[in-house]
This record gives sequence, structure tokens and C-alpha cells, in this order.
Amino acid sequence: MSSQDIPEENLPAAQDTSHGAVKPADEQNPFADPGLPPHEPRVQDIDERAAKRSERTVALLFTVSMLATVGFIASYVTIPVDKSVYVWPIGHISALNFALGMTLGLALFCIGAGAVHWARTLMSDHELADERHPIEAAPDVRAKVMDDFRQGAKESVLGRRKLIRNTMFGALALFPLSGVVLLRDLGPLPGTKLRHTLWSRGKLLVNMNTNEPLRPSDLIVGSLTFAKPEGLEEHDHGFQTEIAKAALMLVRIKPDDIKDRRALEWSHEGILAYSKICTHVGCPISLYEQQTHHALCPCHQSTFDLSDGAKVIFGPAGHPLPQLRIGVNDEGYLEALGDFDEPVGPAFWERG
Amino acid sequence: MKKLSARRRHPLAALVVLLLALACTGGLYAVFAPADKAQADETAQSLTIEEGKKLYTVGCASCHGTGGQGTSDGPSLVGVGAAAVDFQVGTGRMPAATSQAAQIPDKPAVYNQAQIDQLAAYIASLGAGPAIPTEEQYGPEGADAAKGGELFRNNCAQCHNFTGKGGALTHGKYAPSLEGVTPKHIYEAMLTGPQNMPSFPDTTLSEQNKKDVIAYLNAVNGEETESPGGLSLGGLGPVSEGLFAWVFGLGALIAVAVWVAARTAKAKKS
Amino acid sequence: MSTTTTPESRARGKAPAGERVADWADGRLGIYSLAKANMRKIFPDHWSFMLGEICLYSFIIIILTGVYLTLFFHPSMNEVEYHGSYVPLQGQLMSEAYKSTLDISFDVRGGLLIRQIHHWAALIFVAGMFVHMMRVFFTGAFRKPREINWLFGFLLLVLGMFTGFTGYSLPDDLLSGTGIRFMEGAILSVPIVGTYLSFFLFGGEFPGDDFVARFFSIHVLLLPGIMLGLVVAHLILVFYHKHTQFPGPGKTNKNVVGMPLLPVYMAKAGGFFFLVFGVLAAVAAIATVNPIWSIGPYRPDMVSTGAQPDWYMGFSEGLIRVMPGWEINFWGHTLVLGVFIPLMIFPLVLAAIAVYPFIESWVTGDKREHHILDRPRNAPTRTAFGVAWMTLYFVLLVGGGNDIWATHFHLSINAITWFVRIAFFVAPVVAFIVTKRICLGLQRRDKEKVLHGRESGIIKRLPHGEFIEVHEPLSQEQLYTLTAHEQPKPLELGPEVDENGVRRKVKASEKLRAKLSKGFYGEESQIPKPTVEEYKEITSGHGHH
Repeated sequence: MSSQDIPEENLPAAQDTSHGAVKPADEQNPFADPGLPPHEPRVQDIDERAAKRSERTVALLFTVSMLATVGFIASYVTIPVDKSVYVWPIGHISALNFALGMTLGLALFCIGAGAVHWARTLMSDHELADERHPIEAAPDVRAKVMDDFRQGAKESVLGRRKLIRNTMFGALALFPLSGVVLLRDLGPLPGTKLRHTLWSRGKLLVNMNTNEPLRPSDLIVGSLTFAKPEGLEEHDHGFQTEIAKAALMLVRIKPDDIKDRRALEWSHEGILAYSKICTHVGCPISLYEQQTHHALCPCHQSTFDLSDGAKVIFGPAGHPLPQLRIGVNDEGYLEALGDFDEPVGPAFWERG
Repeated sequence: MKKLSARRRHPLAALVVLLLALACTGGLYAVFAPADKAQADETAQSLTIEEGKKLYTVGCASCHGTGGQGTSDGPSLVGVGAAAVDFQVGTGRMPAATSQAAQIPDKPAVYNQAQIDQLAAYIASLGAGPAIPTEEQYGPEGADAAKGGELFRNNCAQCHNFTGKGGALTHGKYAPSLEGVTPKHIYEAMLTGPQNMPSFPDTTLSEQNKKDVIAYLNAVNGEETESPGGLSLGGLGPVSEGLFAWVFGLGALIAVAVWVAARTAKAKKS
Repeated sequence: MSTTTTPESRARGKAPAGERVADWADGRLGIYSLAKANMRKIFPDHWSFMLGEICLYSFIIIILTGVYLTLFFHPSMNEVEYHGSYVPLQGQLMSEAYKSTLDISFDVRGGLLIRQIHHWAALIFVAGMFVHMMRVFFTGAFRKPREINWLFGFLLLVLGMFTGFTGYSLPDDLLSGTGIRFMEGAILSVPIVGTYLSFFLFGGEFPGDDFVARFFSIHVLLLPGIMLGLVVAHLILVFYHKHTQFPGPGKTNKNVVGMPLLPVYMAKAGGFFFLVFGVLAAVAAIATVNPIWSIGPYRPDMVSTGAQPDWYMGFSEGLIRVMPGWEINFWGHTLVLGVFIPLMIFPLVLAAIAVYPFIESWVTGDKREHHILDRPRNAPTRTAFGVAWMTLYFVLLVGGGNDIWATHFHLSINAITWFVRIAFFVAPVVAFIVTKRICLGLQRRDKEKVLHGRESGIIKRLPHGEFIEVHEPLSQEQLYTLTAHEQPKPLELGPEVDENGVRRKVKASEKLRAKLSKGFYGEESQIPKPTVEEYKEITSGHGHH
């Protein structure tokens, strides 16, 4: 039933009949439910002047909203999109963004505030109660539904004609496969793509900053330089995909300080070329501390000791950074002596 | 040219030539000619070094050794160059309170610029190293901020954050915020690689590159930098944004919800 | 409708226009039956019941602003050179996606505002869902008949996280690209199929040319479509079940006390939509969010420190950051446990809270409907579990932001990581124990209050010199509110020997259930609430005050 039919004054007691019928002044049970407290009027309910004040407040809020919308449109039309303004304490900000946001915010907020103030002060604030009914169906309804279902199931002869049932399930189970098959062309098969980079024997190490090939004398002890393979240009199609594997980090450490024998052999007079791509999940790792020779990954803090074959000394990476074997060509430029001998970047199932 | 020929007769001419060969030419000027002395004559120059040595003996020798040869408490300063001195002392990192901390922080400079120049001149006289850069090298003229941005993201952002707000390194070390650091000091830091920062010599990060980086920093992290969207929330990315969304965004909405759901004040019974 | 039923006061065919339209619609849609049940539906008033509305409205705002953004956004990874209005990126190569986002921010009037509202609303939407879920959890509002709606809500939270993540990735900036790279690394760690999944998702090697367009359809079509359906279902169930209410005088399990939908809630809820929208617009005017122009276009060989995802993915970032780097190589294969274990714990953390209602109902064996909310203190085990879960979540958030913590609190990043590694196991246990103790303490205090009244703060000196504090007796409303909750008995295993003397086989699951049930309702998990006898004994006179 709809609660609007109930006279307000009857509500608490009327509702309580469903609840053990304890009367508020029950001497036997001091913890009994006293029922809904009586309604107390608000100022607006008994003082028409207060109600008028509320009405005016609501109207004022709605009016402010209208003005704010006018302000929004005016701002949109008059303020240039690139105008900067200093607003204390926010700083130098876009005048248009601030004006549009504040006017829109004000326009919307005032509509909301007006509506809520209206509801809170002028609409009836009598608390009402609705009854709840159990969600579960009554036993007879349940029985009827079950009977209907059995009847329907029987009439479908699905239980008896097993052949129909089995082939139907088979068909329904198989057809989604078409959808799965259709996904095949989302991408090529991996093949050995993750195992190779653009580096190969004789490729020069090109400075990322100047786009010039590097000489050993360019790199001083304690410096950090990033290099790409010769011939890979930023405008090339596929640059992003190639650099994602080929990016190189060059550091120079005094040969005496290099602990790992192989790393020293693969270096050129202490110039070590490591993959810039973290072996954890592939962030470009390059927070190089030149005194400790540690390289830290900014994403997940894997730490590699570049003086010791880039071994992992902290964090979630599972194996050292691959090192590129480098040498110097006849013209005195640094060159790769082959591709990395292991896949760069994050580990994967087929990596081995 | 006139200045150069005047200096040719200087007792330290050989050193000057060596410095010229190793470092960029312009930076040298500042070492030998403090702002108020356009004409640096021999006496003034040796006086400067003399003064620098005095300052050094009082303030630096206890850690770096009487001749700058270094001790267990401080590295050798032979060959670090004037740029390193200007950076370390100019940013207040030197003199350091202790050599035991994870990292020596910047603080208000203890020496004034004239004294720093004297110290720098003295250290530069111990062995050749990068000279203090000139305004021409780090100034905004001819700089490409966009190229600088690319260089910054490649070489610097990994430690100093997208716009130079700083970041964490291992074991309590950190890359400091670059906010408010003068272009000269940024240039010197790139050139000399202070503490654990790697160096970016001109051979790998050219003078023009450095200029571009500084121009970029000035564009995105200068005093006049605009943050079009409003409060930049420290420029730290999603962590501070998330905090703001929770505290101020959701906080404000819950405050509004409390008002919407609150009982209206009842009239007092009289 | 037949005109014969028209009241006499109304002339033939002259019913007000509104009524005629309503009649027309009723004849086709049956709106009157719908309105009869719902127009004066009662909603209880409590601020915490509006948390869900915050989420609903942010969701609507996200859709509105999102549609606007699609008008200007180009979901393409074609490389273009930038020549727009933002100077520090002039001449830089970037994807069209990134360029169009710059254009939205700098060249479309109001574009920046809409973008910021969209992003702030997304952050607040997920935060709102989180708090809403915690409200439902701690008050036990998930109990029968609302378990399915709990699951709908949970799914909305999870989908909201992934919709947010895909949206955050669309501008193809350096920060989100780093996030995508992480995702690729995580997919690669999946045994056997990982490499294939990654190649299919990215259309080849990372980053390729496809993911922005693919994420775009997922972000604007697939996930929001599912979410919209779930939101509607969620709301229908809220209407159908009727809202829960806190215990109090006149409030029973068989009624719902509050204000009617028309007019009060129409105005309050409708108004609240505008309030939420207004606040979000103001936030977007004041604070910048995801300033992609300072972040730069994505290049897989570049990165910035402080690389974090939006906050709702922060706990997964914590998981991945604190995990040790375990990797097993065998027979030419690699098992990347250092990445794969966090990837598996990630859904488990979420599932732990999602399945709790079913575990609780199994343990307690409670099959009744519940419409009166629990005060958290009266369900100490549940409350303690919730706090333990939130503690775990927060610890992982700390792990996810360990670099920011390190720089702002001058700590070592390694020390924070180790702290999180240990706290991951220890902190939830400690939080559980402490919370349970606090709940029991509060129950004791409630009991004191019921039996001895409220401490009035007035000190009285008795004739023989003793000082006592006067306790004011509680009103009946308060007495009822404090004693209305149930205190079930723990489940018993039953006799191990049946009536014929044959030993009954007790299943292990039954034993576990009895043990857990003791944990929920045993002597150490609840303070017996005051009985009427106790109360009467104390108040009937031989109590001194």
C-alpha cells in the first residue's frame, strides 16, 4: 500500500503493530521500541516569516545560478583561450579555464543548493514509514512456479529426446569459437621478434642528444650518455618499436673499478654499454649514480650495479641488464660488435 | 681579444692554455674577472688566488687537505675545475656539515660570490677543470625550449621528474628539485656531475644542448611558468592528484552530503 | 481511460494537459502501476547513504564530459609534428592522440575544463565507490537480500578501475605510456600464453601503432556499456529491496522510515546531482589534473621519476614494487614469478573483500533478511576484517608511492620497500587484533551507558564525604537503540555420537565452520548486552546512583 494514505499522526503506532506490539511505556521491558518520536515542527512550519525567508533564499540561489550561466557564456565569448592570469593563491593559470569552471560550478551548485534548501525547509518533513515485505515468494506461489516449470520442461520433451539436447548443447558450445578465431588477426605471432634488436656488428653508437656517432674520448669517467644504433631516425616509421628494444645506456667506469670480468671484456676501456630497458617490466632505467655505479629504475626501484655486470642488487627485476659488446672501428668511432646476446627488456615464457 | 692578449703575460698562462683546450672558452672569463673588475691584471689575478687560498685553508682544508689533495673526509679537488667550486659553494652544499650523510643537501651559501670566485680561482690553479660558464652559455638567447624538453626527458627527467621537481634515489639519496636553481648552477651541475649525479660533458651534451635544457626548465619550472589548469599540486603526478581527489574532492562532496541529509533545525518549544 | 471515472468537478475532455499526457503514456507503458509503488517510496536520511549517489552522479558527469571529449580526440598513433600553441613542445614528434589532447587543452575553448572535470570526476568516482563499499561493508548492508547487489557494486568498482586505466592511457603521454609498458611487461610474465597475449593486444611488438585505438573502443564503448547496465541493475535492486536503515526508535526490520521520493528526495537527490557537478566543475577550475603538456609525448626510451598510475591502481603498483625479483629458468623457459605473483595477488586482494559476505553467511548460518544496519562495533569480527583489509590496501598504496614518500619524508626508498614487505604480512594482523579490541571496548562502554546512564560530568558530594559523578539515565529511545542488536550464539558442532551411540563423522568443513563461528560470536567476540533483569536490578534502588 502507499504510505501517502496514512495520516501522519497514526504512523508510529500503526507501524508498530507489526513489531511485537510493545507500547512505549512498557513497564516490563525498559528496552522496548518506543516507536517513532513525535514530529516536531521546524521554524518554517510555524513562522510564516521564516518560511518566506527560506523562499527568498531559494529564489536567490536560483537567480545566482542564472547569472552564473550568463557569466559562463560571457566568459566563453570574451576571454581569449590563451590568456593567462595570476590568481592568488593558485598561481598563473588560464583565465578562461578558471572563469568557465567557476561560473559553471556556481551555476550548478546554486541549482542544487536551492533545491536542497527548498526540500529541507519548505517541503514537509514528516517522517513516513513504508512496510517491507519478504522477498521470498509464498509457498503456494513457489509450488505453482515449480509445477509450471515441470510442465513446460515435460512438454518440451528435452529430457526424453536426449539427441536433441546433446546436439543443441554441442552447437551452442561450438559457435563462440568463431568469435575467438576472429581475434587471431589482432596481431602477428611473436616468432623470435623479442630476441633481436637493431644492433648488429659494425653499427655505430649514435649519441641521442647530438645525433652524432660517439668516440671513446667523448665519454669521460662519471658521465652518462644514451645512444641509438646508426641509421635509426626519429622520423622513421617503427622508430618507437625499435627504440623500445635498442635504447642504450653508456657509462664510463675506471677499468680497475669494474668487478665483473666479462663486463670489462665487453667494454671499451671502461665504456660499458647496457640496455636502457629494465629487465623487470621494461621501463627505461637510467637513474645512474656515478659514485656508487648503481642504476635505479624510476618505476619499481630495481637497482643494478653497473660496475658488476649490471647485477640486480635490489628490487623486483629478475636478471641483469643485457650488455652490448662494443669496440672501436678504424675511424675511431664506437661500434657494436654484434646484437645483444640475450633478449632485452622484461622476461617472458619463451626467454629461457 | 685585448683581454686575452693582456692575460698572455700572466704567470698562469700555461694553465690558461690548458684550460682553454679542455673546457669551453667562454667560461674562463668569469674565473679570472669578477664582475667589478673588467681589466684583470696580473697582480689582481694572483691576489685572487691568494685570497682564495686563505679562504680555502680556513673553510675547506680540514676535509679536502691543505693542497686540495683530498682526505678520508673529502675528495681531491685537483682538476675539478672552477665550475664545480662555483656550484658546490654557490648552492651552499659546501662547506658541508658532515661527510657521513647519504647526501649533502643544498643550503644558503656561506660565502658571497666574490669569495666563491676567489675559491674557484684557487682550485682552478691546482689543476685544469671546467670553468664557470658565462651568461652567453646559459642565457636564453638562441635556445630551443622544445628541443630542451626532449633532451630533458631523455637525460634528466628520470631522476629530476618531468619538470624538475626532484625524485628519490637509492638509500636515502635524492635528485633535488630544480625549482629556483639558477641557470648557471644548472649548467655547472650538468658539466661537472656533483655528488652522485653523472656528468654530461660538452662532448655528449653540447653547449647548445645545455642551453636548450635550461631554456626548457625556465619554461616549465620558472617563476612565471603558467599552470593553465590551476594548482599544479607539486607537479608530482598521480600521487598528489589522488590525495587531492580524496581529501578535497571527495571531502567536499561528503561535506555537502552531510548538509543534504542533516535534519533541519527544529523550532524551540516555548 | 473512460471518461465516466472523471470526477464531476472536471469538465469532459478538459483534463489538464499533464494528466492527459500521463494518461496517454499509462495506456502504453503502464506508468501508473509503476508510480503507485515508487512515487512515494521512502528513503531514510543519512549522509552515508548518499555516497552511492556521489558515484552515480560522477558516473553521469563522466559520460557527459566524455562524449564531449570524443568530439575532439583522435584515437590514432600516427606520428605528427606539433605546431600548436604550447611553445615548449613546438616541433616535437608525437602521436595524433597526444596532439589532439594538447589541442583540447590549449585551443578548444573550455576543452581544458571538460578534460579536467572528466579526469577529476573519474578519480572521485572510484574513490566514492571505495568509500561507498566500505560503508556497506562496515554496516553489514551486504547481508541477505543484498548479496547480489554487493557483487554488482564490486564489479562496478573493478570495471571503474580498468575504465579509468584505459582512459588514462589514451593521451599517449610519457607517464601513461610508462604505465602501458608496465602492463605489457606484466602480460609477458604470464606463463605459456603471455607473449601471444601481448602481441595480440598491441598488434605486434610494443608499442606498435594500435593500442590507443583499441583502448579507445574499450574505454568509450565496451567497459562503460557494461557499467551502465550494471548501474541500472544496481539501482533497480536498491529500489526493489528498499533502503536499509540504522537502528533507532520506530525502525524495524519490517519497515523503512524516512522521507518520500516525491517531493523530498526528488529535490534532494536531484539537487545533489547539481551539487556534485558544481563541486567537480569548481575543482576542475582550481586544480590541474594530468597536465600532459608538462609530461611530454611517449617515447619508450624515456621516463620520469615518480611514475605512478592513478590512485586506484596504486595498490597494484605497490604489489609490483615490493615483490622480490624471483625468476626461474627451466627447459628453455622462464617463469617470471617476480611479476606474475603480484599479477595474481592483485585480483585476490580485491576478491578477498568481494567474497566476504558469502563467507560470513556460511559461517554464521544466518539465512534471514536484514534491513537494519549493524553498528560496526556490534560486529567486531567483521569490522576487524574490514579494517585489516583496508590496512593491507593502504600499506600497498604506500609501497606504490614509495619514491614520493622517500623524498617528502626524507626516508630511504629501500627502507620503505622493506617496511612494506614486512607490513604486508604483519600490519593486517595487528590491525585485526587492535580493531577487535576497540570494538569490544566500545561494546562495554555501551553496556555501561545502558546500565548506569550517561556520565553527566556533574560531581556530587555525598553526606559522608564521598564524591561521585552523577549519571543521567538514558531515554527509552537511547536504551532501545543501544540494545536493539542481536547477539547470536556460535554454531555448535552437535553431538559427536548420535542417538544410537554410533560415532557421527564430522566433516573438516563443519569443524572449520564451528571454529570460525566461535570467532564471530564466541565469548571473546562479543560483550553480552545488558539484560532487562540487570537493568532493573540496578535501577530498582539498591544502586546508589
